[in-house]
Amino acid sequence: MQVNENFKPVIVAFCCNWCSYAGADLSGTNRLNYPANVKIIRVPCSCRVNPMFILRAFQKGADGVIICGCHPGDCHYTSGNYFTRRRITLLYSMLDFLGIERKRTRLEWVSAAEGAKFASVMEQFVSDVQKLGPNRRLEDLRCRKQ
Amino acid sequence: MQEAMIKRAVQLLADGTVNRVMGWKRGEFVYDITPAVFTTAEELEKDFVCDDFTQANLSKYLVKESRKEGKILAFLKPCDTYSFNQLVKEHRIIRENVYVIGIPGGPKLDIEKIKAKGITGILSVENENYTLKIETIYGTETMPFSEAVSGKCSGCKSKKHVAYDELIGDDGEVLDSNRFDMVAKLENMTSQERFDFWRGELSKCIRCNACRNVCPACTCENCVFDNPKSGIDQKAAADSFEEKMFHIIRAFHVAGRCTDCGECSRVCPQNIPLHLLNRKFIKDINELYGEYQAGADTTSRAPLNNYNADDCEPSVVHERGVE
Repeated sequence: MQVNENFKPVIVAFCCNWCSYAGADLSGTNRLNYPANVKIIRVPCSCRVNPMFILRAFQKGADGVIICGCHPGDCHYTSGNYFTRRRITLLYSMLDFLGIERKRTRLEWVSAAEGAKFASVMEQFVSDVQKLGPNRRLEDLRCRKQ
Repeated sequence: MQEAMIKRAVQLLADGTVNRVMGWKRGEFVYDITPAVFTTAEELEKDFVCDDFTQANLSKYLVKESRKEGKILAFLKPCDTYSFNQLVKEHRIIRENVYVIGIPGGPKLDIEKIKAKGITGILSVENENYTLKIETIYGTETMPFSEAVSGKCSGCKSKKHVAYDELIGDDGEVLDSNRFDMVAKLENMTSQERFDFWRGELSKCIRCNACRNVCPACTCENCVFDNPKSGIDQKAAADSFEEKMFHIIRAFHVAGRCTDCGECSRVCPQNIPLHLLNRKFIKDINELYGEYQAGADTTSRAPLNNYNADDCEPSVVHERGVE
């Protein structure tokens, strides 16, 4: 497969306020680099991420969506990420069923202490999506800015 | 069957147990059946029908009907009782205001399958020992019953009534159906083939919202898709896969609550196999979180309102099947 090196994917990352957002912050204070294509959206808990947010991001032209939350068992609200896990598993399975490329979606558990993990996950995810090229299957042309 | 139902309904109206009856009535053609509410014995005797075409699931209408004054009588087929139970569980139907009579289910007939044989001008359809005798304005035609069975009946999951106050006819058993065969077939295709299949199907969607309006699990008063700020509202189609978001989210909103009654595919004017999306969720839930049949009872916790500490990670869906 030919990879367009100039293609800069747009990545939307939903990060939980208590773990992953702090993890992203830590990777910044540790001066670790992660790709600038990642647009972070802070959410109070990973289970705040409605499946519609994910599809909406794709519809409006995102090339990849990643959800980051606390490790199972460490949720600030006790059980939020357990619900996320079921929900997102089913949604990703459905997207796969409809023939959407598997590597465009991802869920990772990143704690507030894992700045390095955050940077490496993003690095990896961006390069995976870059190989896939632009998102054509889930984009909605009606949402494109004129 | 029909006579027994009318007789019992008239009795219940007369003794004041109920003041309305929910059933079906005929439209312009014999196969043109619509759900209806009857209030008098005369109306019942004149219009009430229950035959091979009365497929419509009456449960959803009871959401509104059970909030009106007095008790309503509803005739429910086995598949409809699952939807009924699910709505009772979600506090959408007020159980005390409904008197349920369970009636035997299908298989019911799909008029489109008869018309697809080139039979037109249909006046009446009789079932004689599983051969259909079809009177048309051009003469009499025959065809096997099995070839005209509706899609929602061919994968029947259960002939058991899960909620009723009384029964007319016998209660059946939960069946061992092959309803997941098509889902499994799609799962074994490659990603590109699946995409082509679904783009082909969903490109036919005209967003008439019939699937949403008929679905017994879709009972929100304000739907997320009625959103003028969505950016796609009132805009013409721009590509061939543009209604996917509606269908994915609609299926997701009923995941874990869908009883697989098959109404969505039945009413689709474009014949999109929408039930496959719901069945995919049901199949995944069964495989990943244990067997679950929505509507089978009114107490269990739905799989998406529940969790286990050792549930699988989403990456499992990416490891199985074909990319």
